[in-house]
Amino acid sequence: MKTILKKMLDVKKEFPIFKSNPGLVYLDNAATSQKPKTVIESLKNFYEKENANIHRGVYTLSEVATEKYEESRKIIARFINANPEEIIFTKNTTESLNLLSYTIQELIEKGKNEIILTEMEHHSNLVPWQQMAKRNNFKIKFIPIKNFELDYDKAQELITEKTALLSITHVSNVFGTINSIDKLIGIAKVNNVLTIIDAAQSIQHISVDVKKLNCDFLVFSGHKMFGPTGIGILYGKKELLEKLSPFMTGGGMIEKVSYEKASWNEIPLKFEAGTQNIGGVIALGEATNYLEKIGINNIREHEKELLEYALDKLNEIKNIEIYNPGKDKSLSVISFNIKEIHPHDVASILNDYNIAIRAGHHCCMPLMKKLNIPGTCRISLSIYNTKEDIDSLINGLKKVQEVFK
Amino acid sequence: MSLEMYREYVLDLYKNPLNKGIIENPSHEFMKNNPLCGDEIKIQLVIKNNKIENLKFDGIGCAISMASASLLTEKLKNLTIEEAKNINKDDILELIKIPLSPVRIKCALLSLDVLRGALENARN
Repeated sequence: MKTILKKMLDVKKEFPIFKSNPGLVYLDNAATSQKPKTVIESLKNFYEKENANIHRGVYTLSEVATEKYEESRKIIARFINANPEEIIFTKNTTESLNLLSYTIQELIEKGKNEIILTEMEHHSNLVPWQQMAKRNNFKIKFIPIKNFELDYDKAQELITEKTALLSITHVSNVFGTINSIDKLIGIAKVNNVLTIIDAAQSIQHISVDVKKLNCDFLVFSGHKMFGPTGIGILYGKKELLEKLSPFMTGGGMIEKVSYEKASWNEIPLKFEAGTQNIGGVIALGEATNYLEKIGINNIREHEKELLEYALDKLNEIKNIEIYNPGKDKSLSVISFNIKEIHPHDVASILNDYNIAIRAGHHCCMPLMKKLNIPGTCRISLSIYNTKEDIDSLINGLKKVQEVFK
Repeated sequence: MSLEMYREYVLDLYKNPLNKGIIENPSHEFMKNNPLCGDEIKIQLVIKNNKIENLKFDGIGCAISMASASLLTEKLKNLTIEEAKNINKDDILELIKIPLSPVRIKCALLSLDVLRGALENARN
């Protein structure tokens, strides 16, 4: 354990943000992660030395850019155990889910008209389905929450032969709960239900293997896994992606165009209309390499130790309420409230001590309503966080309580 | 420094807000939330002869939004509808008298937004 924490101290040096902001205690990794030097360098290198549009140029620069772009696809495919043509580049998790919500109708069998979500979904995995349900006259049902975990007995009852699709988060961005998605995918498969996994909060912390999971689709964002903003992933099983119609049309995604009509390119290009975020894709490949170099198991071990430390220390704070299922059932995300102090006030005062936490509803307004709270304070940890960061937080929270005494 | 924001009177108004509660039969009322944080404020008015005779606010929010709602409702007492409509952002910042970051200004201005809605929203 100790050696891992020590190794991670060196990791912090690889993130320039901490050099530019000495003393920064960054505890908002579930919102976005910081970027290692190698990722920033990759972006700079592309625009300084390799910038050209991809796929169409026959000159060297374009060929190099195309090669690097496609290499990134291979890296990401390998990372989640997919085939490269099953990886679609999007803007982010939200766009990946929107793409599915607008196209998946064609895969749904007649007679199926129910969507199953959970009560802990981020707005990005709720609102697109509300819209889809409205367009197609579908019904949405929610797997309820019990003690910050999903109620799997209820899930078993809810998923039936009428269920068209199940779209669930792997890890809750509020509680940190790791959902037993394998169990839910299993129930879904029996009922011939399409399965979509939102891996935005898990991909950077625990191993994700799409073949083992046997999910139909899986989505995540690059910027939460040390990559740049504006680049996201949609994984889909090859045979399903081939059946889907494109979400956006235009240049790059076509096979043949006349004035009257067009036919589509093969996957994955069918889903990548217009000039893509080439620099971002290449940098995300670099971020994935970086993650693999550190090792997902080392990351998990480091964060587990920090989570345990943070939960112990937070539990010592007076008048605190913690919304977390416990260290063995969650990733390094902890939501909490301090009695009679609004989360925004907590975050504002912590900011005076250079501590960045998130306060609010975390894009989970219905969940907050269910918990009967306006919002929570949330800390979310990453590879560069230390026990000292947690100590600073605890001291900061004591200051908050002094101000509001 | 945000500690500048948490002056004694702001904290006092947070713990002991002014004009907080419910009116049984208001002539005007409106509720709105701040989508950024989910905070919700309701303002109820009793307007008679073009004058605000009574008013209350209710809701949950941070110290800044609660203090600002207290100060605004206090100022509104006995104002005419026109006078109430003329209250603007600067008036609120003047009332609360603390430096606010762009994000936290929204907390302070939520009650003003709700007031504008309430003035337009007569019951019956």
